[in-house]
Amino acid sequence: MSHATQPLGAPVARREGREKVTGTARYAVEYHPAGRLHGRIVPATVARGRVTAVRTADALAVPGVHTVLTHENAPRLREPDDPVLAVLQNTRVPHRGWPVALVVADSLEAARAGAAAVRVEYESAGHDTVLTWDHPGMYTPEQANGGYPAVRERGDVEAALAAAPVTVDATYTLGGLHNHPMEPHASTARWADGHLTVHDSSQGSTTVRDSLAQAFGLGRDRVTVVSEHVGGGFGSKGTTRPQAVLAAMAARLTGRPVHIALPRRYMPALVGHRAPTIQRVRLGADRDGVLRAVSHEVATQTSRIKEFVEQAAVPARVMYASPHSRTTHRVVALDVPTPSWMRAPGEAPGMYALESAMDELACALGIDPVELRLRNEPAVEPDSGRPFSSRGLAGCLHEGARLFRWYDRDPQPAARQEGRWLLGTGTASATYPVLVSPSAASAHAAPDGSYTVRVNATDIGTGARTVIGQIAAAALGTPQENVRVEIGDSDLPPGSVAGGSSGTASWGSAVHHAATALARRLAEGGGVPPEGVTATADNEKEAAASPFARHAFGAHFAEVAVDTLTGEVRVRRMLGVFAAGRILNARTARSQFIGGMTMGLGMALTEGSTMDPLFGDYAEHDLASYHIPVCADVTDLQAHWIDEDDHHLNPMGSKGIGEIGIVGTAAALGNAVRHATGVRTRSLPITPDTLLPYL
Amino acid sequence: MRPFAYLRPGSVAEAVRVSAERPEARFLGGGTNLVDLMKLGVESPGLLIDVSRLPLDRVVPTDDGGLRIGATVRNSDLAAHPVVRERYPALSQALLAGASGQLRNTATTGGNLLQRTRCLYFQDTSKPCNKRQPGSGCPAREGVHRDLAVLGHSPDCVATNPSDMAVALAALDATVHLRGPEGERAVPATEFHRLPGDNPDQDTVLRPGEMVVDVVLPPAPEGAASLYRKARDRASYAFALASVAAVLTVRDGRVAHASLAFGGLAHRPWRARAAEDVLRGAPATEETFARAADAELAAAEPLRDNGFKVALARNLAVGVLAELTDRADRSR
Amino acid sequence: MDTIAWTDDTDAAQPPPFGDHSTLTLHVNGSDRKLTLDHRTTLLDALREHLGLTGAKKGCDHGQCGACTVLVDGRRANSCLLLAVAQDGRRVTTIEGLADGDRPHPLQEAFLERDAFQCGYCTPGQICSALGMLGEAEDGFPSYVTAPDTAAADGPVPLDAEEIRERMSGNLCRCGAYPRIVEAIEDVTP
Repeated sequence: MSHATQPLGAPVARREGREKVTGTARYAVEYHPAGRLHGRIVPATVARGRVTAVRTADALAVPGVHTVLTHENAPRLREPDDPVLAVLQNTRVPHRGWPVALVVADSLEAARAGAAAVRVEYESAGHDTVLTWDHPGMYTPEQANGGYPAVRERGDVEAALAAAPVTVDATYTLGGLHNHPMEPHASTARWADGHLTVHDSSQGSTTVRDSLAQAFGLGRDRVTVVSEHVGGGFGSKGTTRPQAVLAAMAARLTGRPVHIALPRRYMPALVGHRAPTIQRVRLGADRDGVLRAVSHEVATQTSRIKEFVEQAAVPARVMYASPHSRTTHRVVALDVPTPSWMRAPGEAPGMYALESAMDELACALGIDPVELRLRNEPAVEPDSGRPFSSRGLAGCLHEGARLFRWYDRDPQPAARQEGRWLLGTGTASATYPVLVSPSAASAHAAPDGSYTVRVNATDIGTGARTVIGQIAAAALGTPQENVRVEIGDSDLPPGSVAGGSSGTASWGSAVHHAATALARRLAEGGGVPPEGVTATADNEKEAAASPFARHAFGAHFAEVAVDTLTGEVRVRRMLGVFAAGRILNARTARSQFIGGMTMGLGMALTEGSTMDPLFGDYAEHDLASYHIPVCADVTDLQAHWIDEDDHHLNPMGSKGIGEIGIVGTAAALGNAVRHATGVRTRSLPITPDTLLPYL
Repeated sequence: MRPFAYLRPGSVAEAVRVSAERPEARFLGGGTNLVDLMKLGVESPGLLIDVSRLPLDRVVPTDDGGLRIGATVRNSDLAAHPVVRERYPALSQALLAGASGQLRNTATTGGNLLQRTRCLYFQDTSKPCNKRQPGSGCPAREGVHRDLAVLGHSPDCVATNPSDMAVALAALDATVHLRGPEGERAVPATEFHRLPGDNPDQDTVLRPGEMVVDVVLPPAPEGAASLYRKARDRASYAFALASVAAVLTVRDGRVAHASLAFGGLAHRPWRARAAEDVLRGAPATEETFARAADAELAAAEPLRDNGFKVALARNLAVGVLAELTDRADRSR
Repeated sequence: MDTIAWTDDTDAAQPPPFGDHSTLTLHVNGSDRKLTLDHRTTLLDALREHLGLTGAKKGCDHGQCGACTVLVDGRRANSCLLLAVAQDGRRVTTIEGLADGDRPHPLQEAFLERDAFQCGYCTPGQICSALGMLGEAEDGFPSYVTAPDTAAADGPVPLDAEEIRERMSGNLCRCGAYPRIVEAIEDVTP
């Protein structure tokens, strides 16, 4: 078998593709160690209070139930590195859905029946679960998610707004959104000779290993976490989740392997979500559209146990030139589930608001929305003054407008009708930062001429396994089929989480360096000894701070049809163009972009979690009520890209691509709905109930 | 889910007899809703009587030119039946508007009629619900109710019936045939489902031990066309925010026959008699259709967050009646 | 197909049972599998937990995502909502049963070729659903978007992208591979 060396960027097929299409790829609860038991959580039914009693007699009487873990008998944990992991440690109920017991049984059926038979008594206090702009508990945190300062100000925004000839002042309201990966969060835990092994549905098993080692007071060498195949995560599996801790506890207590797969209904409360935001955006511009002032103020919520601040105002620090700028975050702790990462935290909701406001400004000025954006291109990153390593926004706007035939557009709203449908088009920009986290890798040459690279990367569907093989093969000058890739195991050289669109840059840099070092050693001659040759490396250089502002950019174009009878919105076309450095695998990259855009379509039109103030939980507990887009929602959806030659990134020249597809999509669709109907909705999703009253 | 016994009866008579003897029993058809509700703890039968293999899986013409549909006919088979497609297209469309291909392959005619509300409180055993637990209260009235009833609700319940098929059956003047310990009886589809009143735990007029054995469609009215249309939150695989089934005959520009039913608005498919009164004999114009819809929807009492359903239902009705009129014009 | 013998004699019935387990036979991917199962066990859990066939996935366990789709007597169904005991005697085809020896099914090849998946968790259900869907169209089953005049005609329903999208809407894909899935199915559509 001879294979040519393929350049980076080639559309190499997924390494694990065959296993996935034949059903042999194994996910976290598909390992069946002998004697395994099944765990099922009992969730709290009050939003704030204390457990006063857990009555387990009925549950223990259910045939097949082995034990019930409660705060009274569960193993004590060291203080976990994440407060959401401190389960069954005390009587406190910080939000509805919090685990108050775990039933362990020898079958799924018995575990379910046992959990239903546990009687929990509570002392509950009145709960407060509704976010408002002027909630008395609002405070300004030091930082927002990602370590960004909560507040940044330049110049005098108020004076500049007051003086600006044209202004927009709009408030956008977003409810909660849920990641809902297709694979519910799951773990299989077992202990042997003091060593804990967990198969976990995680985006980063090094992180999970560290959490479990901390919680159980073990050395890191006593814990192994495997995440070979992971059924999506979109951020919700980026941090250690309670089922891993609970499975390990139950396995320790019973001395048997324990599976826990979260029921879908428990996910909205337990595995993070995108927090609701209220965002006020004010723009001041000259009549030629040049911005004088940008103000983006965000109010959001977190839980009582952990501060998580959705950094929605951060993209406004990057996007457009303006001499006066204010970007602020405020947060209130409520009796709600703990929010966390959901695909492009910060950028996704923030760019919805900012890019909707830009469209409002374009309408107010009578300037084409693409042109308005081009007129506000900054020379340097507006907030930091740092030069951009590369900035492809203008190129994306130009290329997207051309491919979409944007300029055929008549800017007049509500002016195109086909039967009962009103048609419109919209555009919005996208941005996502270049992030890199520490990782290490090894590369090994065997005497038979084959290679193996090892790094604890996780392939959650991104194609990481495949692109790592490509990076190694390119560095080694060998066909990628000749490189074995080992990932998804915390015993491998430590890798960072598959999150923040940082995986390829982080793991790939370490792999590149290890493979390059190996190639150098092999080039020194002397052949490969029987035990092979191994080189190791890390990505310290790439993970260090850069003097450049490094971001991917993109532009979205969308055409919608709005049913004037029902207010239903159907997407006719979506087209995204992205500038994200060098694209390393055209096949998997396209899938990533399209996937992000599809989730953005959901954010715009179908998805929403409703806080039920009566009970203090998100009302939609299942996939019948939380509407992720279906196949029929996604028609003509295209992703294109502009290759960038940026030498300030990493050896591959890549920026991340996992998240930028969702950034700006909702704004482009909302702007298209406005163009179609003349109606500007400033909340999402745009469902018939929100649109019909204005048609 | 508690353990349960399982019986596959050899006949309808046996099924009904056992059901009458064992109040903890439930009939199992396709199970697409019952098994779902058992997992949620909403239903906890002690015995399942699996009627899915009883010989009730046929669609046969009736002597008077109608159609008799067995209770265990699968939704997808019924939707694909040539006579249904040709003479009762609203029924075929309603079935195809519901659920997914997989679910339609499994769900039965009888089971579809008996599916229960998707009210989020009904499905959540950690919250009160008068339908699930009489007397416990109805939080939906003040809570999350965007998807719930605007017509015929009561202080005790604002749930909606989720079926698409049942809306078409109501408009088509179908009859539901039941067999119980005391014999057989027939109930008009429009009266099979109840309004909630003060006992919302009863979805239908079924008596203990009774099972649905078939549904009979009368002959399609001469020259009538029918249509089903549904509005929802995504393009497919979602319950109706509102829907309408209409059967219309237009002669000489006037409505000769009209029957109209709404879905997604009430505890039962809502046969729009007041609208039909306006339509009958009136000019087949959008003005008439709007007046008819308004006459029906005047009785609506929307809750805080579901007022949009009134306009939605009105627009759907006008749109569907106009489309049927257009078709009649074109085919002439 | 099944071996149930029907009796018309209403009095021949057995007294109603009280047990909560039954022994049953499933014909899975061509093999007879005899199992004694709790009545509560779904077909999905029987496959995954008792037969070691973990290809069918549990995404929601309530018939709302399609990840558990298998073919039962040749027709696609959500195995999470089917009680195993009620499937006694039926033919069940799972993703593990599609390949012809080492040769993957053309749909599996098409999904690979089109990169019609990312995380892979919905993929077995998508492929089984597509297989069932192609058969339904071949058998003339209409969909919500089938034009009424097509619907009235006999014979196969031609599958364009709109038809495929509607018919595949019972299989959620959170990675958003839908356009690629539609292309993959188009590749094997007659």
